[in-house]
Formats: sequence, structure tokens, C-alpha cells
Amino acid sequence: MAGLGGGPAAFGRCTHAVVRALPESLCRQALRRAAGPEVDYARAEREHQLYVGVLRGKLGLQVLELPADESLPDCAFVEDMAVVCEETALLTRPGAPSRRKEVEAMKRVLESLNLNIVEMVDENATLDGGDVLFTGREFFVGLSRRTNQRGAEILADTFKDYAVSTVPVHDSLHLKSFCSMAGPNLIAIGSSEAAQKALKTMQQMSDHRYDKLTVPDDAAANCIYLNIPSKGHVLLHRAPEEYPESAKVFEKLKDHMLIPIANTELEKVDGSLTCCSVLINKTAVL
Amino acid sequence: MTTEAGSETEVKKGSEQLGPDKGKDKPEEESETPENQKSREASSEEAQDSSSAPAPTSQSSPSSQKKEKVSPESKGISRFLPPWLKKQKSYTLAEPKDETKKRTTEEEQVVEESERQTPEGVAQPKKSLEEAGAENQRNAKADDKEKHSVPSPETQPAKEDGKEMEVEKVATGKEETQEEKEKRETKEVQTAEIKTEIIPQKSPKKIKTVQCKVMLLDGTEYTCDLEKRAKGQVLFDKVCEHLNLLEKDYFGLLFYENSEQKNWLDSSKEIKRQIRSLPWIFTFNVKFYPPDPSQLTEDITRYFLCLQLRQDIASGRLPCSFVTHALLGSYTLQAELGDHDPEEHRSDYISEFQFAPNQTQEMEEKVAELHKTHRGLTPAQADSQFLENAKRLSMYGVDLHHAKDSEGVDIMLGVCANGLLIYKDRLRINRFAWPKILKISYKRSNFYIKVRPAELEQFESTIGFKLPNHRAAKRLWKVCVEHHTFFRLVSPEQPPKAKFLTLGSKFRYSGRTQAQTRQASNLIDRPAPYFERTSSKRVSRSLDGAPMGISDQGLLRDFPATGGQTAGDKIIDIEAAGQAKLKEGGREDDGSPVKTPQLELTQDGKTNSLRVDGENIYVRHSNLMLEDLDKTQDDLLKHQASISELKRNFMESTPEPRPNEWEKRRITPLSLQTQGSSHETLNIVEEKKQAEVEIEDTLVVDETNKGKMQVATDAGETCKVEHLSKKDSSSLPSDSSSSSSSSESEDEEVGEYQPHHRAIEEVIREEQEEEDDMKRKEHEEKTQRVEAIPEGSKLKVPVEHTQVTAENLVQENAVTIATEEKNLSEEIKQDLGEEKEEEQLKLNGDVSHVDIDVAPQIICCSEPPVVKTEMVTISDATQRTEISTKEVPIVQTETKTITYESPQFDGSAGGNAGVLLSAQTITSESISTTTTTHITKMVKGGVSETRIEKRIVITGDADIDHDEALAQAIKEAKEQHPDMSVTRVVVHKETELAEEDEK
Repeated sequence: MAGLGGGPAAFGRCTHAVVRALPESLCRQALRRAAGPEVDYARAEREHQLYVGVLRGKLGLQVLELPADESLPDCAFVEDMAVVCEETALLTRPGAPSRRKEVEAMKRVLESLNLNIVEMVDENATLDGGDVLFTGREFFVGLSRRTNQRGAEILADTFKDYAVSTVPVHDSLHLKSFCSMAGPNLIAIGSSEAAQKALKTMQQMSDHRYDKLTVPDDAAANCIYLNIPSKGHVLLHRAPEEYPESAKVFEKLKDHMLIPIANTELEKVDGSLTCCSVLINKTAVL
Repeated sequence: MTTEAGSETEVKKGSEQLGPDKGKDKPEEESETPENQKSREASSEEAQDSSSAPAPTSQSSPSSQKKEKVSPESKGISRFLPPWLKKQKSYTLAEPKDETKKRTTEEEQVVEESERQTPEGVAQPKKSLEEAGAENQRNAKADDKEKHSVPSPETQPAKEDGKEMEVEKVATGKEETQEEKEKRETKEVQTAEIKTEIIPQKSPKKIKTVQCKVMLLDGTEYTCDLEKRAKGQVLFDKVCEHLNLLEKDYFGLLFYENSEQKNWLDSSKEIKRQIRSLPWIFTFNVKFYPPDPSQLTEDITRYFLCLQLRQDIASGRLPCSFVTHALLGSYTLQAELGDHDPEEHRSDYISEFQFAPNQTQEMEEKVAELHKTHRGLTPAQADSQFLENAKRLSMYGVDLHHAKDSEGVDIMLGVCANGLLIYKDRLRINRFAWPKILKISYKRSNFYIKVRPAELEQFESTIGFKLPNHRAAKRLWKVCVEHHTFFRLVSPEQPPKAKFLTLGSKFRYSGRTQAQTRQASNLIDRPAPYFERTSSKRVSRSLDGAPMGISDQGLLRDFPATGGQTAGDKIIDIEAAGQAKLKEGGREDDGSPVKTPQLELTQDGKTNSLRVDGENIYVRHSNLMLEDLDKTQDDLLKHQASISELKRNFMESTPEPRPNEWEKRRITPLSLQTQGSSHETLNIVEEKKQAEVEIEDTLVVDETNKGKMQVATDAGETCKVEHLSKKDSSSLPSDSSSSSSSSESEDEEVGEYQPHHRAIEEVIREEQEEEDDMKRKEHEEKTQRVEAIPEGSKLKVPVEHTQVTAENLVQENAVTIATEEKNLSEEIKQDLGEEKEEEQLKLNGDVSHVDIDVAPQIICCSEPPVVKTEMVTISDATQRTEISTKEVPIVQTETKTITYESPQFDGSAGGNAGVLLSAQTITSESISTTTTTHITKMVKGGVSETRIEKRIVITGDADIDHDEALAQAIKEAKEQHPDMSVTRVVVHKETELAEEDEK
């Protein structure tokens, strides 16, 4: 076994995914930053099923699907509930009070996977998983409306091996609303001023030099990178129908197996691709 | 310590090496020369004869015992001295030279007292300036005598034994130095000149030895005797020899002021002056954590690094997760115990090791479990695995310092190989890579970094941090200077020259840089040394009870037993401290009693007028707090800046935050190069006095202007004491010139260091440079040094920088350069043919996957994560001035330098060892680009290596996408030389401020 996640080479390895079905309450009650067109539930569900289908069918992950909870309209966005790195899972204390109950189901499922669970009990701390970008070498935590300094500190205490740098996030919901990892050393980043500014911050804070993949649309910069033994680099990214220009950029990644996934409906309530799953790499049990 | 039988030559070498230290020996002594010479020869012979005699300490004791004659005054002190030391001391007193004999014993004692205390800053008795000068001489003389009291012809053999001991020790040190320290040779060249004059004066000396204790990484203790005036290097070399360690540059010796404050022993300075009254107890530690331990040459080096990291981890200094603790622990077991043996390794075999600050049963089980999986790994392999994992820890090699930001928020500053990290709690809130830092300085308890302007910023900014006290600020500054030099430069920078107009610490890292040590390591040719690993088990055990006990605790507790010989000094300090406290009302939070008192006494040694100045200076200083960088004065000064001033600014560590009159004049005579004669010393002292008198005016103005004398409103006495602490540095030179450098740098209030000597207007310089090839060579060489261009790099596409180097400065450095040229095999450059190359400035439009502008230096322009900064305006005036001196149209520019280095270049160091085959420089120009291609062919170990450096100057308006242009240039370079790799790209951008839209 290699320590520290086996280093960058093992970045993106993944065996399990936790997802959660969409509640119908999502359409009207889900938190959203700006009013807009209503979510088409049927379509949202189709898109979500496709997403889960890719993880399970195409990539062969063990997908643990939690049932929807109508009282928790945002519950499908499981990413915010937990940060899992190697064998350790930090259960968050989401910034939106209405979402704190979502953690319970996440806790149960992570316990079932025998992860070392750390709970964020500090009442002053808030952290949404969507603000946590793990690059394989370090963490960046967006300080947003949902995540505060204390939450970031607890994350740093939980994952002591890694540097944890904070990045201010102003104009979007989460740090990962405009960026994500698109490869072991590759940060996908949106073109907006805020996104570029955040990237600069991250670059400055890091001892490591990342490559960047700049896409025209912020939302499209949120993609899911996986390293699947039989398939190599896999990238789930937003469909060309949604963001044609950004899709073209992704298409330049020659080494990646590209899987476009539409996310038009959940996007209306600020949902992005990474939001809908918690990815876990369970190595052979020691 | 073991005194090996020294050959005659060794003995001589030893005495020669001491020569420079005696640089200020009295002229009067010349008359004695023949005698000295004789006795020296005699003693050399005797040294040889008696060299087979046993332990040195026992040798010297009998003779000194005979002479014991403890004066009343020294009795008080000697109560605290170990018997052997007492004897030595009184022995010295009992052997005065003729003239000295005339003085009363009392006087002698005073002299010696002051000599001895000087390093601690306890000054001489109050005297008129003239007298002080005389006193100086006498002091130096006494000093001299103490070191090598001239024995009369009928000196007893036993005495000679004593002398021999010292000489041989020195000889050993020197040998080491010569064969190991390339860098040092520079100094030695200079030394040599003085040597010739001094040797005749050389007199056999009386050795004072001190017992040193060094705590080693494996928990054992190493004890040796050192000459009291020995430099740090001597001890360090002994320790490394004891450890059989060749790659020693990563390591250092620490001494602790208290359990919190650790200081690195400076190899180039006398130990005594660094540790002051502290016990002679040191800790051998890793100083520079190699970012890639696999590049170390020897397993034994890795082993010591492992030991250090195990300590770091067990003590909690290097935090890691449960899993990592377990994994690292399991490698430790594998290295120490070998394969897991179910028979031998029962359940509790693990608990005698400590893997983590709070080790649980669960963790131990996990460790045992993992241990089983490492079957077959050799100890060396297990160590390597350990290091591979440990090096990825985010706090690996980060040296943390407590500080506050300008708003008083507690933060931590972490110095590491790559730069400076700022933490708040556990979070990294900012980071300044070395390339981004233009200057590091400290003033009192404030620490400043000046950083390059961010992309869209116009001005450099200076960021201030408040450290707990002055010493902490200085410590941090030194650590920064050392880390920057070690990790970023190819060879260390020369310490600033002794210039009248410099202020502040001359401290520079004097050891080898990582690049140099790697080169040297490549030459290591010995069978892997055998070493015992089991000893580290003992460490682990002892850590059980008290983690970090070895390095961080209990040293001071040990003190009475082991460091007794310094107790006398300490007592004095404490008394003085008491006095000082009365006056200053405990305001000084420094916490080191040593510092304050000396100041006061020092002051007494000066004239009244000086004291008055001091008070003003203090006030002045109090105004120079964080908030207080007054721009108007700055601007004014900048306007007036003469060329020479600019030069100084770039070439030396002139105090940058505000080079006011006072600072410029606060002279501190120099060090390395100038082991000045006493003659010189006196001049300097005089100069200084003058200077300070002048200051008064300036300061008065200041006071009136500012009306902000918070401290001055305290009792006047307070001011004085406080100020004195500043003063002591400048007063020391007058005490003994040879020690001026070391003592000075221990105490000065400010220090400054410019990581990048290239100046703002480098580019402008280039044109000039092309005309003058010779000059250019020098520039280039310097540039290389400064920029840490790897020797072994194969292809370079630098948009090159040159330094603004003033001719006279170049000349001053001539000796140095010459030496370095030899040592480092700097290429000789020739102009050969010409070649045309066009740079296409194409816009590719599309986003490239590997985006080149991912540059580490890019500033964080968002407010919140940035530690609050003060903007120091670098006035336009400066730029204008600078430019006009270059006779270039006035253009306001913003410049920026970005360095991209491919990681592999590090591995290929070793160009130095090669033989130059050919070198050529090709220059071509087109409308928008000027390309200078410099090709060097070297043969190294049978392999020929071609290195191509291209300097491409791209001129164009703002619409040019420079990143693209650069990418294009790199691409072309790659295409032209497909079999070569790009190892380094240096971009220097100069943008007209008017068109600020390069991005």
C-alpha cells in the first residue's frame, strides 16, 4: 500500500459512488441563488438516471443510491455532505441549515463502507463539500456563503497530510461551481473573472504547478475525473448541447475517455456534475 | 575529541589559518617577531614531539595548575567554572608580556573581562573616546595574548602541549575546509594576503578549550573539546566526521535560547559569539530538508534524515494522519527490526517505538499489520520508502515561526524550500514563492517582505509581519536568507562588502547550496559506510516518555552540569539585566536577558554625544513601525538617488524600507574580507562618531515632523536603555575588530536581503551589454549565480536578464568572480558566427492543454486570503532616475520576471565538473525580436553535453500575446533541437505602464 493515497498517480481512483435520488420537492423548494425557470422533474430524473447509469454501468463503480427524502429538497446533492479522501470521510456541517439533516443518511452509508468517519461537530463551523477541491496533492477550500474558516480548519485537522489553502469565493455558490479536477494534474477552470481570480489564488498558494484547462463556461468547468483501471482517464463533462464551446475544449483532451452528460435541469437549482455523487476509493481492506 | 598526530605542515597551516583572525595585531609586536618566530618554530617541533601524547585536556591542565593564581575578582566568577577552565584562565593572566606586566593586575583583569564580555555586548568601562581607542588596542592585544600568549624561550614543554592541541585542531578544521568547501576558497584567497604579513607576528598561543556537547539524532551524545574561539564550522565538521556523514550540507547545529527558540549555529562565525552565555550544548539536526530525498547519494544521509523526521513526527511538529503515522511507523520497524518475525515480534514489540504524538493501541496494531507487508525490504529500502511518503506531507521541511499580521492576527510563517508560507491556524492563507520575493528585511521585531507587483498591479508591495521580538525577527530573516540561498541559488552570495554606507546584518548563508552539495555528492566515491541503525530504537524509546526531549526540552536544565564554564558570564549578564530592568521597567519583551544589559554598558564606553544620538535614533526607530513608512521622505530620497546609490541598492543590502541619513551612516565595518588592522578599526570608529553626530539633525527634524514619540514619552532612561540595544552592534567593532562581523550580526537591528539581484531595469541594460562583451560575461556569470541556473541544464530559452552591475562593483568582486570561475568552471564565452532566427508571434487562440501561464509567481489579487499588506510606493521617480542614467527614453515600465524550471534539471547537475569544449554566442535581430544564442559544449565524465541558451527579446505592443510568443519560442527551440530538452525558461516582461493590458 502506498501512503498519501499512493501519490498523484492514483488520483481519480474510485471504487464506490454514493448518490441520492431526486425528491419531487426539489422542483419548487430546492435552494437556488436566483429565481429562474422551474425544474422539469421528469427530465431532471432522466438526466440523473443517466448520470448514475454511467457511473454504475459504464464505469463499473459500486453505486450506493440513497432514497430521496421529500423533506430534504436538496438531498440529491450529496457531495456537500461529505469529503472523502482515502480511508477517511469528513461529514460536513452544511452551510444551509435546511440541509444539515441530509448528513445523517450519508453517515450511515459511509459507516457501512468502514471508513474512518470524522464528524464536524463545532457549531461555528460550516462546510459544503462543493467548496472542497482535492487535487491529489492538496486541498483548496472555498470560503463562500456556505463554508467558513472554521469549517476549513476542521478539514485541515482531518486531513493532516495535506496542505489546505483557502480561496475566497464571491460570485458563485461553491468553489467547484467554476472549477474541478479534469486530470491528475489538471484543473478545469471557467473563464469568468471570478473563476480566473480564484485560480490565481490557488496557483499562488500551491507549491505545485498545475496545468489548467480553461473552458469558456464556468458551469462546464465542473466535471468529474476518474481513473478507472480498465479505462484509464475518464472525464464526465457537460454535454455539447449545453455548452458547445466548452465541450470543444474538453474534446481536445486526447488521453481522456470523454463522457458528455447533460445536467440542464439540476443546473437550474445550482446543481453541477460533481454535486450529485460522493466518490470513494476503497482499497483492499487491510 | 581525538588529537591526531599533526605533521609540521599541518601545524603551520593551522597557524596560518588563524592568521586573519589576528589581522589587527599590534604593530609593536613586530619587534618581537624574531623571537616569536623562533619560539613558534620551537613549539612546532615540540608539537610534533609531543603529538603522541594522550588527551589534550589532560595535557594542558598540569601546567596551568602550577600557575594557578586566582585573583579576587576572578574568584567570584570562577566559582562557577569547572576547575580546568579556572586554571586556564588564571594561567593566561599569569603570563603577561613585558609591557602588559607594567599594568596592574587589576587593569589586566578589566581588560580581559571586557574582552571576554564583549561578545555578549557588555561594554568597556566608560572612557573618553581617545581612551576608548587606546583601550581598543589594549583589548585587542590582550585578546591576542590570551589566544596565544607568547611563551618565553624557556617555556615548559607542558605549555607547548597545550598550544599544540589548539593548532592541530585548527589544522583539522582547515583541511576539511579546503577539501570540501569550494566556496570557502574565495575567502582563503583573501586570507592568504593577510597571512604573509601576519605569520611573522604569529606567536605560540595558549589554548582555551571548552567542552561541547552535541545531541545527535540517534539520541546519543557527542562530546568534544573545542578551542574557545573556534568557529562553528570546526564543531560541525567534527560532528559530521564522528557521524561519518559526507552529505552534510543539509544539516546544521542548533542551540536553544530556551525550549522555544532555536538558533542555527553559523559555521563561519565563532561559536562563543553566537551562543553568548548559553551552555555549549548543541543539537545536530536537519537544516534543509531535501525536497527529494531519493536524490541524496548515500544511504547514511537518508538514515539521518529519517531519524530527524521520526523525531519531527513523534513530536507532532510534522503532522500527519492516522494512516500515514501507521505507514511511516511500519517502515521504521522494517528498517530497524527487519522482517516481521512472528516468533520474535510479539504483541508489544511495537510499543517501545513512538510513531505519533499520541499513539494508540489501534495505531500500533495497524503498524504491526503494515510491517508484515514490508517483508524483504532492506533497511535502506525501508528508509527510502519512509522518505518517499514523508516528503509528501504538506509540512515537510517547513520551518514555522509565530508572528502576527499587520492587524495583530496570530499567524505562522513557514519557511521552506520554495518560499514563504503563511498559515492561520492550520490553513494556508498565503504563499510567497522565492521568485516572487524581491527583498526580505527586518527591523526590530518586524519582518518585511517586498514582493513583485501582481499581474495588474503597478507597484511592488511590502508586507510586514510582527514577530514576538527582535531576535525572533532576525532568526526568521536568517532562516529565509539561508533557505533561499540553499535552494534557489547555484552558489552562495558573497556577504555584502564592508561599506561605510551599509547598514544591517551582513549575514549571508556561507555553506554550500543544494546545487553545490549535489555536485559534490556526485563525487563521493566510497563504499557505503556501515552504520548501526539500532541506535535509533533508543531514540524512539526515549521519546516515549518525553517526545522531543532530545531536541526541544531539557537543554537548559542540563546547563549547570555541562555548561558550567559559561556560568560566570551568565551571572554578570543577569546582574546587568537586573539593572536594565529597573530602568526600562520591563518593557522589553525580548525575554533574553543577555541583550539589554550589554547595551547599557556599551553605551558607557562611548562619548556623551553618541548617547544623545542614540536616544534620537531610538525614537526614530519607534516611528518605523509597520504603519509608518513615510512616503514623502522616501520619494525625496529616491529623487536624489545617485547612480551609486542605486548600485548600492541592488548590490548590497542597503536598508531599503527607508535609507535615511541615519541608516546610511551607521557604519559597521566588515567582516569576511576585512579582517582589518587595528588601524582601520580606529578610523572606522571615528567615522562612525562623525556620522552619528550628523544624525542628530536629521532626527530632530524627524521628531518635529512626526511628533509621534510614544516611547520617548516614557522616562528618558527608558529610551536610553532601549536604544542601546540597537547601539551595541556598532560599538562592538571598536572593541575588537576581528570580531566585529560576528558580533555585529548578532545584534544589529535590521537586516536585509534581496533574493534577486536583478534590478528593475535589467532589460534596458541589455543593449549596453551587447556592446561590451567582456562586461557581459561578468554580468552573465553573475546573473547565473543569482538566478540559480542549473549547471547541468541542457537547453535554455531564457529571455535573459542581466543585472545592473556597476563597473566598480564588478571590480570589487573581481577576486571572487575569478575564483568562482575556476571552481565552477564557468564557461568562457566567445563570439562566433551569426545566425538568424525569427520569432513568430502567433496567436493560437485556442486554449492549450498545458497552459504555460500557470506560473507560480502569479500574485493573489483577491483580498481575503491575502495577509493584509501595506503598500510601499516605489515612486515613479525612481524609475525615471534609473532609466535616465541609462540614457533611454523615459518610459514608465512595469517589469516582471517569471522563471519556469523543469524539475528534471535538478538531477542533472554536474556541469561544473565537466571540461569546456567550445562556446559560442550568436546574435541575430529582426524587427520585433532579438535572439542571442549561446552554445556551450562541455565534456563531463566522457559524456559531452551541449547547452544552448537563447535569449530572445520580443518587442511589440500590447496586443502581442506574450504567452503565446513564449510558447512559440519554446516550441521552435524544441523543434530545432529535438534531441534536447528545455530545462529552464526565464521570462522577463517589461510593460509600459500606460498599456497595462498584457493579459
